[in-house]
Amino acid sequence: MIPPKRPRDPALLRRRRLANGVFVALALLATGIALLALLLILGTLVSKGLGGMSADVVLLDQPGPGESGGLRNALVGSAMMCGLGMVLAVVVGVLAGTWLAEYGDGKRLASFVRFLNDVLLSAPSILMGLFVYEAVVRPLHGFSAGAGALALGFLATPVVTRTTEDMLRLQPHALREAGMALGAGKGHVVRSIIWRASRSGLVTGALLGLARISGETAPLLFTSPGNPFLSFRIDQSMASLPTLMFQYALSAYDDWQALAWAGALLIAAAVLAANIIGRVLTRGSFHK
Amino acid sequence: MKTATRDRLFEAACCAAAMVLLAAMAGLLAALVWGGWPALHRAGLTFLTSDVWDPAHDIYGAAGPIFGTLATAVLAMLLALPLALGVAVFLTELCPPPVGRAIGIAVELLAAIPSIVYGMWGLFVLAPWFAAHVQMPILVAAQPGSLLDRLFASIPNGANICTASLILAVMVLPYMASIFAELLRSVPIHMREAAYGMGATSLEVLRFILLPFIKRSAVGAVMLGLGRALGETMAVTFIIGNAHGFPKSLFDSGSTIASTIANEFAEATGDLHASALMALGLVLFIITFTALTGARLLIGREIH
Repeated sequence: MIPPKRPRDPALLRRRRLANGVFVALALLATGIALLALLLILGTLVSKGLGGMSADVVLLDQPGPGESGGLRNALVGSAMMCGLGMVLAVVVGVLAGTWLAEYGDGKRLASFVRFLNDVLLSAPSILMGLFVYEAVVRPLHGFSAGAGALALGFLATPVVTRTTEDMLRLQPHALREAGMALGAGKGHVVRSIIWRASRSGLVTGALLGLARISGETAPLLFTSPGNPFLSFRIDQSMASLPTLMFQYALSAYDDWQALAWAGALLIAAAVLAANIIGRVLTRGSFHK
Repeated sequence: MKTATRDRLFEAACCAAAMVLLAAMAGLLAALVWGGWPALHRAGLTFLTSDVWDPAHDIYGAAGPIFGTLATAVLAMLLALPLALGVAVFLTELCPPPVGRAIGIAVELLAAIPSIVYGMWGLFVLAPWFAAHVQMPILVAAQPGSLLDRLFASIPNGANICTASLILAVMVLPYMASIFAELLRSVPIHMREAAYGMGATSLEVLRFILLPFIKRSAVGAVMLGLGRALGETMAVTFIIGNAHGFPKSLFDSGSTIASTIANEFAEATGDLHASALMALGLVLFIITFTALTGARLLIGREIH
């Protein structure tokens, strides 16, 4: 045994313990503040959201001032634009993710695309709106649901790409080797074996992408700012929940504000559901 | 069709999809430069240095919104950084794993709430509370001309730089906390055990073992949070008060680049006004992409 170099210093020990106690208390306090913020926001959301909720919300279109009404046109519009956007995002995202995971190894271009994709993941959504405005809305002289869907699709694509690549890389190499040993070409192996094995992961990517865009307001302001009537036309401006909430929340009418909160609750519930289902699905595939 | 041809077509399709991403990025930059050029060309450098924003006379100086963007984002990071680190340390180092998992899910819930909901909460709940319980007492207590008065002078309506930063901080907090937690979990367990074995306290383990280990990526995480805060639109638009020019105090209304674009684009008075807003978008693009690129270079690939 090597004897301690200096005698135990009770004051030093006390100081270290005290500092540690303060540190633990502060970490606990920080967690408490985060949870308190969550409770406050969720509490307001649920109480005000339920207050504005009624059957009219899904049955009637948006009201004028003083009229009774609901959010039907906005719900339909949001669903259509998010759906169209997700078609674009899933097609481009899954293929791009597949290219990065299966064909990109060792290519400079692939590392560059991967890097850009990671940057795009956190890019401000409002810029995507300006881009689509300049590229589509201005040349075609008008807002349209198609432009809105395009902006949303561009926002969801990086999420799908990233998740797809991560999920395909989780598949063991033995799976690819087994397929090729049977005489299948690389593309065939990717489509029939790798994609199938990571099916739940690909669905997760789509759900996370959907969760990313379904609450997005800023890109829609410049592409499809709203429509007071129920519309299914892709070449005209369409209503959406977030833009309508933006308009109604800033209005001076109590019933409009109540509708905005009902919409907020619907969107938050949808986003949370998409997030949770997505995470549950991947948890399963990690265990395999 | 022969299998080999089909495989080659498939690879080409995958590659084309990846190129769509490149094209989107290039198109984004090109659209902002193209759209913003008339205003930039006319205003020149004064676009960045002047704080006179007067659409009625077609004079555009963006210093106010640019300053507002940087100020709110930095203030938000100052608030969120210690909190996020505290949450991450508590989750990974201090509390029992089941509790940590439960709180981790709660923090992720906070991250999943859309930004417009944060904005509405800020407008309807935080702003009135802040006006009544923070701004009014300070207004009553401050002597005219004193430091307190100069720092916090304001109209007590709760819509100002400070409340906007608060909302931003709450928004980036869960995002940064989960990255920090992921980074802390990546530190090999035997390094902790060695330090605890020598008798180190939790604080000393964090200070001398964990933080040095994750330093580089942690800086990246902060920049990633900063990138988010800089470009956040809806939450800020609701609560910043939307006044042009430099905010005169911490509790004065202001504007950010994103909030200015969101507010004025639909009602742009003329081509030059719209072009000036595009030019603002270009400035935002340069600022956020610098932060995000730096963040990605520092963090590396493993963290989302």
